[in-house]
Amino acid sequence: MWQAFVRWFHKWSSPKWFYEMSRPWSFWLGWLALICIATALVWGLAFSPVERLQGNSYRIIFLHVPSAFLSQAIYMTIAVAGAIGLVWRIKLAFYAAKQCIPIGMSMAILALATGAIWGKPTWGAWWVWDARLTSMLILLLLYLGLWALHNAMERAESGDRAAAILALVGVVNIPIIKFSVNWWNTLHQPATLKVTEAAPMHMSMLIPLLLSIFGFYLAFLAWMLMRTRLEILDREKKARWAQQEIRNLEAQ
Amino acid sequence: MNPKRKQRLLLILLGVSAVGVAAALVLFALRQNVNFFFTPSEISSGVAPTEQVIRAGGMVREGSVKREDGSLRVHFNVTDFAADVAVMYDGILPDLFREGDGVVVIGKLDETGLLTADTVLAKHDETYMPPEVTHALEQAGHPDTTN
Repeated sequence: MWQAFVRWFHKWSSPKWFYEMSRPWSFWLGWLALICIATALVWGLAFSPVERLQGNSYRIIFLHVPSAFLSQAIYMTIAVAGAIGLVWRIKLAFYAAKQCIPIGMSMAILALATGAIWGKPTWGAWWVWDARLTSMLILLLLYLGLWALHNAMERAESGDRAAAILALVGVVNIPIIKFSVNWWNTLHQPATLKVTEAAPMHMSMLIPLLLSIFGFYLAFLAWMLMRTRLEILDREKKARWAQQEIRNLEAQ
Repeated sequence: MNPKRKQRLLLILLGVSAVGVAAALVLFALRQNVNFFFTPSEISSGVAPTEQVIRAGGMVREGSVKREDGSLRVHFNVTDFAADVAVMYDGILPDLFREGDGVVVIGKLDETGLLTADTVLAKHDETYMPPEVTHALEQAGHPDTTN
């Protein structure tokens, strides 16, 4: 059992195997993500009822909550992949971690932008310096820092390690984002979706929201696989199979 | 797991927990600064400074909203159900401002305990319900489940 797990784990460290495996996965996951997100958005924006107090403005939740969730989940993915890369010296973990950064960054930007657009009609302010908003801004800055660190290094391997260490240091921000609305008083309301209890949200709004979150997760997986494939070709361009593949792609 | 890898893993776990402890200590020391607003109890016990801009948050006390004739000036009380703060505001209130709901006001507190607000922000809660459902619940005599 343990041996089988170790073999499976080692297979993941092969860039060539990952490159082959990820081709169909990124395709199918991408289409499934598109269907889920399109269904969720049409459902949420056109068919869900208005909210009793906020009217129509609450509908931005179908973008805001999935992007905020993903920006944190992707950050954790980067940190865990970075730790695997540092401990087991697996190149592929670093490649995936690097290519997750722009995806997570775009999710953080989307979460902050939709939050500001939502804040203006409901709170009466685009931005306030409360703990939730500030810690989310720090998350965006961490993403920018990770990307800058990768590009600042002469050798890609040094960039991988430096960014992995920064990602691990920044993990402390994730529980701060999550619990900021419980630990301190903030303008941002506490979480609606909780593991421990039923969401105080009507089914007609909750189902498209959960579908949208699921679709965003799938889209992240598909996008991450696609970007990592390119990173593999770039970083393994000295390997014979990669050169062959690049020639094939160029011939198309 | 070979000893070299085990050592690196332990180093990472140690580093992450050290950063966690450091952040926890800093945030604990700064806990009052991280809070976005003072509660009415804190204001009535004298924690909040007077004659400088502060934020106060709580619920708008039911029945306390009084508008002056011929102007936009409005008076209301913000409460945390232990203490109240009297607020005066001259301007347009946000759409979600209503009695019994959350609010954060930004302004100066004078010696008499009156807070003159420059800005009123409406807080909303984590409950999302269509209007018909709220109405039906109220009809059935369970208004609490939606607030």
